[in-house]
Amino acid sequence: MDFLIFQVPMLMVQASLDGILLGILFALIAYGMALQWGVMNIINIAQGDLVILGGYIAYTMYLAGIHPAWGVIVSPIIMYFVGWALYKLVINKVVDRDLFISILATFGIAIVFQQLMNFIFGADVVVAQSEYGTTMLFDNSVTLPNSKIFSAFVSLAYAIALVVYMKKSKLGRAIRATAQNARAAKILGVDTEKVYAATFGINAALCGIAGALISITLTLHPYVGLPYTVRSFMIVIVAGLGNLPAVAISGMGLGLFEEFADYILGTEFRIGAVFMLLVFILVYRRFKLSKKREYLK
Amino acid sequence: MKQKDLILYSGLIILGLAAPYLFSAFKVQLTYLCVLIVLAMTWNLQGGEMGYNSFGNILFYGLGMYLTASVQVGMFFPLAEWTESGGEKTFVHTTAQYFQGIGVGLLVAAIIPALVAGAIGYAILGLRGHYFAICTLGLGIAAGEIAGGIEIIGAGQGFTTPPFPAEIVDPEARGKFFYFTSFIVLVLAFIFVKYIYGSRFRLILNAIRDNEDKAEAMGIQTMKYKIVGWMVSAFFCGLAGGIMGGLIGYIDSTDVAFDGREMGVFMVLMAILGGKGTLWGPIIGATLFHFFKEGLWTFILGWQYVALGVLIVVIVIYFPEGLMGWLREKYPERFGEVIDEKDRKSQVELK
Repeated sequence: MDFLIFQVPMLMVQASLDGILLGILFALIAYGMALQWGVMNIINIAQGDLVILGGYIAYTMYLAGIHPAWGVIVSPIIMYFVGWALYKLVINKVVDRDLFISILATFGIAIVFQQLMNFIFGADVVVAQSEYGTTMLFDNSVTLPNSKIFSAFVSLAYAIALVVYMKKSKLGRAIRATAQNARAAKILGVDTEKVYAATFGINAALCGIAGALISITLTLHPYVGLPYTVRSFMIVIVAGLGNLPAVAISGMGLGLFEEFADYILGTEFRIGAVFMLLVFILVYRRFKLSKKREYLK
Repeated sequence: MKQKDLILYSGLIILGLAAPYLFSAFKVQLTYLCVLIVLAMTWNLQGGEMGYNSFGNILFYGLGMYLTASVQVGMFFPLAEWTESGGEKTFVHTTAQYFQGIGVGLLVAAIIPALVAGAIGYAILGLRGHYFAICTLGLGIAAGEIAGGIEIIGAGQGFTTPPFPAEIVDPEARGKFFYFTSFIVLVLAFIFVKYIYGSRFRLILNAIRDNEDKAEAMGIQTMKYKIVGWMVSAFFCGLAGGIMGGLIGYIDSTDVAFDGREMGVFMVLMAILGGKGTLWGPIIGATLFHFFKEGLWTFILGWQYVALGVLIVVIVIYFPEGLMGWLREKYPERFGEVIDEKDRKSQVELK
């Protein structure tokens, strides 16, 4: 086995750092998914496409001559309203229904989003140049784009802000109450409809932040949304709903896995490896639970 | 069999046999229709009857497609050189070789996916509800991504399936061949599904759908039946894929074979449109969908995926029971459901 990564130990460091920084970004998307899954009991297949849409907002700013890093402030604001509108149009009709209905409905939304983005922004792979330069470590053998470090810090800052907001604010309390028991919350005067709309909006806003960061660190393309959905789904089922440190750790773990898979299996199998990991995790969980004669619920 | 049924079925078979002569210009479309009906009908078997909504039957479809083409080429020529030359005319199948190849290929394409379904069934079918849906979605996409990296089946540049033998001069022959192959598969699938609908097997599948724990408690070995149900689906999906590969003439890993964005969604959508869990629902759904698609696609070129997405959302939200479900609600007597008039009236009063 003559894999490059085992011959050059520095590549391991490179892959680990890349993976961890990327993983923090994934964790941010996964947090949004955990939020709306926990509160509304909906699996949003269009999650990744919301991320990409957020990225395109930052990219549009870049084209207009504004520095794309401002996208981390503008994009969530726009995406909040996109999410809110999406809730009012479609999601509110599938909240109480069978989960399969919500999967299929959001799958339809994902297809519409992909195609609309394809019309508006074209089918090319694009990236917004942040021109932050790179940091060289260990005698120039490890290169780290500053934009990745920037994105990790922004993700962390937003995650912390959100946690505090959920703990302290009135809306945050209402969201947590609805997640625990929607009916009881309704009886005690929480307008659950409003809470759901806000939750979906916050989820979309988180996607917007992540998208803006992706536009400067990675690349954008109208059809690459689904892998982000699957990554966040995977992180959520490994970490559980509402367990924030676990979300961060499993996000980083996924980032590491991907970077190493990239080096060992080759870049063409990277996305394939992500989807296979999803299957393996689910099957592993299933066998573990079936020993106790239980199943994933 | 009742006389009414006999007339219906013989009429349909005569229509099916005469269709390529009546609508000579639409042979390819008719082949598509047959394949779509087969896919919808077999998806319904485990999506509608068993309650295991799979997004991953495209896995078997794509597998069948690659297997048919590989066997057809590999029986007579070195496969690696074929894919490397990208379908250059260095190797030419004779007429006999072509038909032998596709015959054996289709056989392999039916059996291997069924075996694969059996092999992974125990692990995958232990998942329930939406976990099963997402897991199979992942499987289908992973298969496409992985197939796109394997050199011997053409990797990213695709796999050109053997062209129809040039020795047959009749220009209609190719279309007819694929149409009748797909029609035979359709008839086989229908007979099989119809047989299942009249058997105990269907009742067991329905029991699994309605409450799996209770079914298990009643002494049904649910896992066994779930795997068999999935294997039946995989068998026909593989066949359908093999035919489509030959018809299209070119296999791309993500856009033709493991095409979760089109075929993978179509089969779910068609079954839901017609009505899950009914024998005729998927057939009607597939026919309607195909007419809608072919009629509308050309007028809204470029916007067809937007239309598809909107269609999915609308059907799922406003029409989840499908056409047959709607009819059943409207005319329950026609479906053999006896309704007590008194009961009905009292229910109306309650509202």
